[in-house]
Amino acid sequence: MVIFSVYVVNKAGGLIYQYDNYVPRSEVEKTFSYPLDVVLKHHDEKVIVSFGQRDGIKVGHAILSINGVDVMGKNTADGKDILEYLKDSANYPVSIRFGRARLSSNEKLMLASMFHSLFAIGSQLSPEVGSSGIEMLETDVFKLHCFQTLTGIKFIVLADPRQSGIDALLRKIYELYSDFALKNPFYSLEMPIRCELFDQNLKSALEVAEKAGNFGAGS
Amino acid sequence: MTVHNIYIFDRNGSCLYYNEWNRKKQAGISKEEEFKLMYGMLFSIRSFVSKMSPLDMKDGFLSFQTSKYRLHYLETPSGLKLVLNTDLSVNSARETLQHIYSNLYVELVVKNPACSPAPSLDSELFCSRLDAFVRSLPFFSPRAA
Repeated sequence: MVIFSVYVVNKAGGLIYQYDNYVPRSEVEKTFSYPLDVVLKHHDEKVIVSFGQRDGIKVGHAILSINGVDVMGKNTADGKDILEYLKDSANYPVSIRFGRARLSSNEKLMLASMFHSLFAIGSQLSPEVGSSGIEMLETDVFKLHCFQTLTGIKFIVLADPRQSGIDALLRKIYELYSDFALKNPFYSLEMPIRCELFDQNLKSALEVAEKAGNFGAGS
Repeated sequence: MTVHNIYIFDRNGSCLYYNEWNRKKQAGISKEEEFKLMYGMLFSIRSFVSKMSPLDMKDGFLSFQTSKYRLHYLETPSGLKLVLNTDLSVNSARETLQHIYSNLYVELVVKNPACSPAPSLDSELFCSRLDAFVRSLPFFSPRAA
């Protein structure tokens, strides 16, 4: 039972705060002989698996390291293109580590503004009058909860689908934001939040919420 | 307890079927634009969710809710997308959507050689059966207006 991460989005759709509380590591390292039996492709400056799931390697996983050395985007540590490197049979056997790619800070900004517009469209396409935007979005592995304040700031929490007490947590984060970000004389409105007290209090609020909303088998 | 409307999209994003029962608010744009907006939103949600997810997903996006309604989503491996909007009292309409796909769409559209789904469903039988099925749902009870 976990809370994965917290996002704060200002009323223009800009990401002003992000905190990853828990990042599950699902990584697989495996030694391959020539030729490679998973199909790889370039995607967003990364090399990802496009076909051929096996031994815990899933479609969408990115190459994280080759022979124990971390890769740099779509290049190996010494600057060679990964796909070219793996085409050469002289480099085999090779040990490759796969896993879900971590979000870069740019991707996080992009996702935050994407949610901003999804939120607005969700309210526009409503079949009922006076609907808010998306308050809760559910998938099979996580639930996204969003709370929009009257001033237009959105607090977004990603948590396990079975985690309860998220509504109280969202209001608590709003309270912390008002107390520690807005009352900080060095904080300028709508700008990224860099306040140590906000960080500390947010972390303890997440711990309390994780303990309180613990139902069913823990994960 | 009520069902608002249903959308069925094919894998290319064209709206095969739309019907509404208790819809109080129209989007204020033409139906064609509304379908595009809806499909665009679903498409973005799919990519948003797959990037946001901390773990590998199986089914992916299932539903979202706002303060007034809940949108249920089912996508088949062939790319057919079924979207059902209900009020908040309906927790999961997954089986309902599954039923519409396997017992109505497959039986009455796919198995009918005379009926081509694109550009929009013109099977009268499918439309009337779907309407009857939705009206018979336990959570379909239009509030007296």
